[in-house]
Amino acid sequence: MGDAGGESSGALVELDHVDKWFDDLHVLRDIQLGVDAGEVVVVIGPSGSGKSTLCRTINRLEPIQRGVIRFDGAPLPQEGKALAALRADVGMVFQSFNLFAHRSILDNVTLGPIKARKVPKREARDRAMELLGRVGIADKADRHPAELSGGQQQRAAIARALAMDPKVMLFDEPTSALDPEMIKEVLDVMVELASEGMTMVVVTHEMGFARSAARRVVFMDDGAIVEVAPPEQFFSDPSTDRARDFLSKILAH
Amino acid sequence: MSLTLLGWLGAFGIGLLVASFRVSPVPPLRWFGATYVELVRNCPLTVLFFLFWFGLPNAGVQLPRFPSAVIVLAVYTSSFVAEAIRAGVNTVAAGQAEAARSLGLTFGQVLGQVVLPQALRSVVAPLGNVFIALIKNSSIAYTISIVELTGQAQTLAIRTAEVIPVFGAAAAAYLVLTLPSGAAVGFLERRLAVRR
Repeated sequence: MGDAGGESSGALVELDHVDKWFDDLHVLRDIQLGVDAGEVVVVIGPSGSGKSTLCRTINRLEPIQRGVIRFDGAPLPQEGKALAALRADVGMVFQSFNLFAHRSILDNVTLGPIKARKVPKREARDRAMELLGRVGIADKADRHPAELSGGQQQRAAIARALAMDPKVMLFDEPTSALDPEMIKEVLDVMVELASEGMTMVVVTHEMGFARSAARRVVFMDDGAIVEVAPPEQFFSDPSTDRARDFLSKILAH
Repeated sequence: MSLTLLGWLGAFGIGLLVASFRVSPVPPLRWFGATYVELVRNCPLTVLFFLFWFGLPNAGVQLPRFPSAVIVLAVYTSSFVAEAIRAGVNTVAAGQAEAARSLGLTFGQVLGQVVLPQALRSVVAPLGNVFIALIKNSSIAYTISIVELTGQAQTLAIRTAEVIPVFGAAAAAYLVLTLPSGAAVGFLERRLAVRR
């Protein structure tokens, strides 16, 4: 970790020669990726390709063993209060929603601002209601997570992340645990966010979303970034065999 | 009674702290927590009473009987409380803590706001067990001449030579304390469960 500084390219999120191992398993190989402010980057690839892990390294839910990740020009803090402060600026939406099961939807959304940002309760509540309105579930504010459908829970989780006014939003397969008829309501919220200029890193299997909302598609396989291209180009004329093979498997039907 | 209640308060406080140590990201705290639990829970309560009562004066500290008994009971019981709570923490899905961390909450907030409130709900029954064991363990305080229920029964039995009725009554008195505890646990469990 001696060479923690290095040259920053000016991107909001920057992964610089990042390697990660789970014991002997090399899950991220020399990852080189910058995400500019306002950009939507969609990460796709076969399961086990390391795309979720990549997403989780950006807020250090997964530590890395080699390389540097910079946020806003500065290397990610290792631990403690500085790391908590970084995470407050990086919103995350999980595949399994992870809403706090013992709290109402409203309390889920206000917890972060009240505890991590010291926002007054009233203000946090007003803002939370506004966000829940935006994702279309203001009427569920007093319910507990288990009382909501999957799509509603995921929209609540997005509102919870947005309540922190994050500089970037990470989506780790946000629709993979949803019934098909609920995928659209979540993607609609994400498309709207993207159009408002939110910086987003989205790991997904939703190729329709990648086509319509991404500025760049990152294709990963076996822990490495194989190809980075604008969606039109990637889907119509991928430059690598592995990407072509992957696309033929998922777009065959 | 007051021995049990004070002992419980102490045990719960220490137990919560030790359980937090055991799940903390700081290795020395985890080692301390694990060592504490293994040392304390594997030492018979009677031995612990004697160690505390006869050992401390050797070190130049002399506490009165009642506080000594409360401390020993609290320390002993806290190791069981800590293990029950730790088991509860393990039942809380890892994603709950991850979500809390990704919001920017500190370790203490993650534990206090998200993990422990859920963990405690799932260990009401085992904690009830520990509490009932504590009520009965308080009888061992007679080893340092604290005259609690069992101690009184013994005195009475010697004086009257009516061993069976006297201890039968003492056993009934323990039931009077422990049965409502069991009922309270059941009540608490139902109350907390509906809020999920």
